[in-house]
Amino acid sequence: MSLLELRDVHTYYGHIHALKGISLRVEEGEIVTLIGSNGAGKSTTLRTISGLVKPRQGEVRFQGKPIHRLPAHQIVALGVGHVPEGRKIFPRLTVEENLEIGAYLENDRKVVQKRKEEVFALFPRLYERRAQKGGTLSGGEQQMLAIGRALMQNPRILLMDEPSMGLAPVLVDFIFEIIQRLNREGRTILLVEQNARLALQIAHRGYVLATGEITLEGPARDLAQNPEVQKAYLGEG
Amino acid sequence: MLEQILALLPQVIFDGLILGFVYAMVALGYTMVYGVLELINFAHSEIFMIGAVVGVEVFRYLAPQVESGFLLLLLALILGGAVAGITAILVERFAYRPLRKRGTTNRLVPLITAIGVSFILQDLVRLIEGLWHNEFFLRMRTVEDLEGSVELFGGAIFAQTKSFILMGVSILMLLGLTYLVNRTKLGVAIRAVAQDLHTASLMGIDPDRIISRTFLIGGSLGGVAGVLFALQYTTITPYVGFLPGIKAFTAAVLGGIGNIPGAMLGGLVLGQLENFFGTYLPILTNGNFGTEYKDVVAFLILILILLLRPQGLLGQVVKEKV
Repeated sequence: MSLLELRDVHTYYGHIHALKGISLRVEEGEIVTLIGSNGAGKSTTLRTISGLVKPRQGEVRFQGKPIHRLPAHQIVALGVGHVPEGRKIFPRLTVEENLEIGAYLENDRKVVQKRKEEVFALFPRLYERRAQKGGTLSGGEQQMLAIGRALMQNPRILLMDEPSMGLAPVLVDFIFEIIQRLNREGRTILLVEQNARLALQIAHRGYVLATGEITLEGPARDLAQNPEVQKAYLGEG
Repeated sequence: MLEQILALLPQVIFDGLILGFVYAMVALGYTMVYGVLELINFAHSEIFMIGAVVGVEVFRYLAPQVESGFLLLLLALILGGAVAGITAILVERFAYRPLRKRGTTNRLVPLITAIGVSFILQDLVRLIEGLWHNEFFLRMRTVEDLEGSVELFGGAIFAQTKSFILMGVSILMLLGLTYLVNRTKLGVAIRAVAQDLHTASLMGIDPDRIISRTFLIGGSLGGVAGVLFALQYTTITPYVGFLPGIKAFTAAVLGGIGNIPGAMLGGLVLGQLENFFGTYLPILTNGNFGTEYKDVVAFLILILILLLRPQGLLGQVVKEKV
């Protein structure tokens, strides 16, 4: 049984058919990446998994159970953490409040405190800025906060939407090192990226998405060698 | 003339403070609901009115049984706050939520619904009071304990016991709300939902539940304000909510709609403005403009402030980061 599985998922925005029968799976302990150009449906796939949009057809299963009819807050409770596109930090909550709200479902203060310390150990910069409002952080710091906030939920799977977007190269490398480190510590990650080269370097498997459909899938190494992928997404050939 | 103005000033400020606290408490209900839903809940003035009516009824029926006036008032405050808060929850549940679930994007639809709910609540209270007492023109029963008064600063301020009670209760409520919003988990969740409802749901927050709580809190504050209003101004009808409601809404806009300290400040400022012009306009214009113009002048000043500072006194210009 896969940790996460999508079967023939169709999602619409009004009349726009955004996902046209997506099927994919993520196994426990994997980094799986979803690459593709702008508007291919990468974010919509993540938003469908976490319940922000509802599929019109098909099903999403998490730990074998269908979750596609549940409201977003209940999907979170099952262990699906989502680092949304554009980070979506709460701008007028402090860094610390942003983290605490990440652990909204955890009622044990001690556990919340312990997780907060873990996040601060991962991102010492957030500790320095803990009393600052989220909206005053730089892009890189906001990305750290968005990841930290999702980790506060102690999720079984982490959905990450374009964590490299708008960041300086050195910060991109840092964030990708963090993703690998989280994976080594046992976290399962579904990574959506425009930076296909980097994503395929750290992922185990990958899916290529084009206009709402999966056109290619396979081990990340194979995809990186695939001439079509190289031409369309890696700027080679 | 100046002497006359100065002699009255302490009293004017004191009375303005009473009015200001009422506005501040009602304004919080508008601003909190606007914060989470971007809806101007015009029915909130009726939530306030319901609090006032419950206050009158508690005094009418329990005054003979309850010896202490203070205990009686405490009962009235609790019941008035509770009934108003529950009414606010019901209004959200049955009027606003169905519209939200249909994904209505037109902002006018919930707004007009709010106005409709307002009329329904007014006439519902009128109907109930009419069937119950054959009249809907209510007077707050006076209770001896609460009717004392003192003169302060050598007679410069004539202050009633109930005015102190009103201010004391208001300050406690405002402090309590500030604590709740800033220091509790529910408060952080309310602010998170207000800033970004969808992302809040990714934190495991059920937005519907938080919205409902927000109506409960705002409604209870409005209800408590209604009871205090009835105690202070004594005459209550089902239509009594309209003017204080619209002014409290203005106070919320003045402070910066959606901003909680702003609503408190806006209420206090508006109370001062209104009372200031109510007292001084006849003096300043040699009686050509009577007290009844106080609202006109107060609102003119508001229009000016908003022209110069559209985000309100404490509101921030919202910058969208993409």
